[in-house]
Amino acid sequence: MQQANRQTRGILAILLSPAILWLMLFFVLPLLIVFVVSFSRRSLLGVVEYDFNIQNYIRVFTTPIYLTILWRSILLAIINTGLSLLLAYPFAFFIARQTPKWQTILIFLVMVPFWTNFLIRTYALIFILRDTGLINNMLIAFGVIDQPLTIMFTQGAVILGLLYGYLPFAVLPLYASIEQLDFSYVQAAQDLGANSFYVFVRIILPLTMPGVVAAAIITFIPTLGAYVTPDLMGGGNTFLIGNLLQQQFMTVRDWPFGSALGFILMLMVLAATMIYFRSGGGRLA
Amino acid sequence: MSEIDVELRNVTKKFGDFIAVDRVSVQVRDGEFFALLGPSGCGKTTCLRMIAGFELPSQGEILIRGEPMGETPPHKRPVNTVFQNYALFPHMTVFENVAFGLEMKKVARAEIKPRVMEALEMVRLPQLADRRPRQLSGGQQQRVALARALVNRPQVLLLDEPLSALDLKLRKAMQFELKELQRRVGITFIFVTHDQEEAITMSDRIAVMNEGLIQQVGDPIEIYERPNNRFVADFIGETNFIEGEVVRTNAEEAMVALGQGVQAPARPAADIQPGQIVTVAVRPEKISLRPNSEATNGSAVPATVEEAVYIGTDTRYLLRVAGKHLVVARVQNVTSDLDRNRPFQHGDQVYLSWPANGAQILTS
Repeated sequence: MQQANRQTRGILAILLSPAILWLMLFFVLPLLIVFVVSFSRRSLLGVVEYDFNIQNYIRVFTTPIYLTILWRSILLAIINTGLSLLLAYPFAFFIARQTPKWQTILIFLVMVPFWTNFLIRTYALIFILRDTGLINNMLIAFGVIDQPLTIMFTQGAVILGLLYGYLPFAVLPLYASIEQLDFSYVQAAQDLGANSFYVFVRIILPLTMPGVVAAAIITFIPTLGAYVTPDLMGGGNTFLIGNLLQQQFMTVRDWPFGSALGFILMLMVLAATMIYFRSGGGRLA
Repeated sequence: MSEIDVELRNVTKKFGDFIAVDRVSVQVRDGEFFALLGPSGCGKTTCLRMIAGFELPSQGEILIRGEPMGETPPHKRPVNTVFQNYALFPHMTVFENVAFGLEMKKVARAEIKPRVMEALEMVRLPQLADRRPRQLSGGQQQRVALARALVNRPQVLLLDEPLSALDLKLRKAMQFELKELQRRVGITFIFVTHDQEEAITMSDRIAVMNEGLIQQVGDPIEIYERPNNRFVADFIGETNFIEGEVVRTNAEEAMVALGQGVQAPARPAADIQPGQIVTVAVRPEKISLRPNSEATNGSAVPATVEEAVYIGTDTRYLLRVAGKHLVVARVQNVTSDLDRNRPFQHGDQVYLSWPANGAQILTS
């Protein structure tokens, strides 16, 4: 027994070591470096000087513009997550109710956008939305408006871009959990006098909550740190943490301050995830 | 004459080209324990689902308490269902499950608790109110499902194979309990089952179905003793089917020639003529065996013992009649003598007899 146990453990260690090594080398180690750097100082020439201080963190929380950017990022991520769930849930529900053949086809279609590079898709979206884009040209041609609507380079455009980018990520986990729902529960609820509203609120929604939580986390986290979409579609008008981070690392070359920002972003994501699970959302997961 | 609670009028249900239920007309009386019995795929569950409102008839009408249901959705019908897999809500406690129907009916909060506890006491599970369904055994889940339906005091309770998921011993106990519960609450039960023994022991009346058609409706004794076709006789209990030609018939009995000059009595059927080829259906326990023809009252059927099997309560004989028909007879072992409970052996010549009304003539 003891022998067998030791042997199993040996095999387990061999099988797990590549993954552990990978994680240590490319995740834990860089994270530690960022952590250390976030407590350092940028020299005048943009070089990291290792002298321990918490100035970077103090700077984030005492500079109004950074707080505004933080708050805007959180708000946009929440709005985007909410809209994603609202749009993705009925869609995922619709897919889950089709015959298996149609389910496969529809899920396949959901994934088709991933075949094209995200940057190219964002540019395509810009071509549709800009002042001389498809929508404005059509509206002018039909005489609905005579001046083009300003869609691009607004906060709305950023939300639209984020929604477009992350909607498929919300559809997949929702579909997976709705597809597994046993519809005899729905019939039982109807049998007990529940109308469509109560069937949804009391039965379907609680039973598919793991999918809702997964979809929320999977859309909230990347939108919180997004920088390509706000950069291209917000045109600098909607500056988010992601943009700030990119600026600090690439333009200003203030790595210590950028690292502190990165850590704050990570802690926010961690907090959001914990709140979700604490609130009971993950209870059935 | 009691009132009609549920009525199916000429109901047909088609799924594409498949006819699941074919022109079914049946009346269920108020307070009755009514079974829909048949093999799987006979349309019995579809009938139940149409009464509950989960399916709509392609043709015909369903009336509950004289009121046509039309396209009334399930949540507005005065019926509740106990599902085959119970379908207890996994995210709610037993109490919440049972309270669900009352909440949907907007019953006052103060009234919900006593009614839920009353329902749980009825199924003897009040101590499990705070458990989740997955923490319960199969039998307990079954009883929670019953309480969840009965707490609403429905006009009719629909039960879809409610005992099929339980093991044999529990099933037997629940049969008794369910029957007893029905008598106590006085609610009409419509019970779907493929188990003929279950239907016979529990029901006031049974509708036997096959291939979407009602074969026979009657109380258990009628169904067992007077099956009106071969399907019913074969599906309920064990029956010997013996082909023969009608020799003569009168009000008391008909004589049927079985070949090699052998004749057997049977209960006369209304529409038979001498010369007609019919099937005689006789239950194994109606047949008596004698060592000689004199002991029987006239109509003895000679047979050869092919096999004799002692099975405790009875001895089963496999007999050859008129050189071609194989007939099973079951003789109860009334004595306790070691050598007398299998008086006939392989190869013995015996004489079979049965009362004329113990054998049915089937023409279809």
